[in-house]
Amino acid sequence: MEERKIIIPGETIVSGDEFLPGDGARREGQDIVAGKYGLAEVNDKLVRVIPLSGVYVPRRGNVIIGTVVGVTFKGWLIDFGSHQNGFLNVTEVPRYVGRGELRDHFDFGDVVCAKVFGTDGGNIDLSVKLRGFGRIQGGQLINVNPNKVPRVIGKEGSMVSLIKGATNCDITVGQNGVIWVVGDKIEDELNARKIVEFICENSFLSGLTEKVEEYIKKDLKLEIKQTRFENVEAVSESPQEEQ
Amino acid sequence: MVESLYKKRFDGRKNNDLRPITAKVGIVPSADGSAMYQSGKTRAIAVVRGPRLLHPKHMENPQTGILRVTYQMMSFSVWDRIKPGSSRRGQEISKVSEWALNEVVELEAFPNSVVDVIIQIPQADAGTRVAGLNAAAMALAQAGVPMKEMISAVAVGKMDRTLVVDVDKNEEDFHEGEGPTDVPIAMTSRSNKIALLQLDGKISVPELRELTKMAKEGCKKINEIQIKALREPGKEIKA
Repeated sequence: MEERKIIIPGETIVSGDEFLPGDGARREGQDIVAGKYGLAEVNDKLVRVIPLSGVYVPRRGNVIIGTVVGVTFKGWLIDFGSHQNGFLNVTEVPRYVGRGELRDHFDFGDVVCAKVFGTDGGNIDLSVKLRGFGRIQGGQLINVNPNKVPRVIGKEGSMVSLIKGATNCDITVGQNGVIWVVGDKIEDELNARKIVEFICENSFLSGLTEKVEEYIKKDLKLEIKQTRFENVEAVSESPQEEQ
Repeated sequence: MVESLYKKRFDGRKNNDLRPITAKVGIVPSADGSAMYQSGKTRAIAVVRGPRLLHPKHMENPQTGILRVTYQMMSFSVWDRIKPGSSRRGQEISKVSEWALNEVVELEAFPNSVVDVIIQIPQADAGTRVAGLNAAAMALAQAGVPMKEMISAVAVGKMDRTLVVDVDKNEEDFHEGEGPTDVPIAMTSRSNKIALLQLDGKISVPELRELTKMAKEGCKKINEIQIKALREPGKEIKA
């Protein structure tokens, strides 16, 4: 594959009838024109722009980690760094929550891991009904650029299991760029944070997995063990995966 | 034909020359997008935040996100201190810049939200609104806001009978003969549509046509610098 080039809105990426415009691109006569700032990717005949920046746009099925910023009669408002707050209905929690008991369940400032189950009608609807979702306690939260999340996850969760193997931490990656790590010791969590930061700084490199392995072994002097695949379910179901 | 009283430009430029330009993308780390654009002594800083929740709530539009531009000159940007804060002039420039930028941004994917564009002028030597627009376009692109194309702007003008590009403060104060005419023009990069045209002074229709043509050339040069700066964020691009 040829090297990706930074593309500026309004710039012609490729020209020709055979190409198809994908995400962030449009057709104008013969030309495929960028509608966003990012890296141009021509995959066979599909042309798309991989964004480098911008707010997180929630999609159905995404896992997010956010903070409770509002409690209404019917549910909770969750801020997760998108252009709008998400809404978590009382019927979307695993047990019955009565009227007036909402603040006993999730209160202001609580951090919640939830799944996006709908984005139509101008609302972002969330759910915590599945296993592994709900309030988050303990561990650390790491904030990264949401556009780099696919890199942190890696191909089919390879990068996440690499971090797990090296630090023995449990990791949940929110598609909105919030990563939750829990380890037995605080040193493990700090190492996991260092690795995540390394990935984000070097996200443009090719062969990133090898570079991260090298970083873990040489700089952090850690051993990479084979991991048990726990809690990866929440991570690898994301539709936005890339290599 | 009467000869023009403004024969040679004060700073020795040719009539269709721009002032030296410096552009840099990504100057404010905490912002979603930011850029600096300097033309001669005029410098503009633009910061973009959002799309994010909109307050006050009554401004929300359920069909599309909105753009909110705030233009301000810093109190020390000119020789006489100007009062900081909102002014009649600042509000007008904010509004026309907003209209110009609205021609290119596409915010339908972010209903009920706002993209804030903050333009600050730390140093002014005429042509601040066009410098602000150039910076704002780069900042919006860097923030990842969906845009149809870029915007570049330049102030063209007429000193007595001479048509010039990129007017500076000395020229703006040239009061001999027919006096100064200042025409800030903003153009889109791909379709070459006029997104902003204001006129302050007296001018004939053929002269305005000629000025538009000159502005088009100037905008093309500025657009090239904007593209260069966006390709290498964090690096100062000079021309």
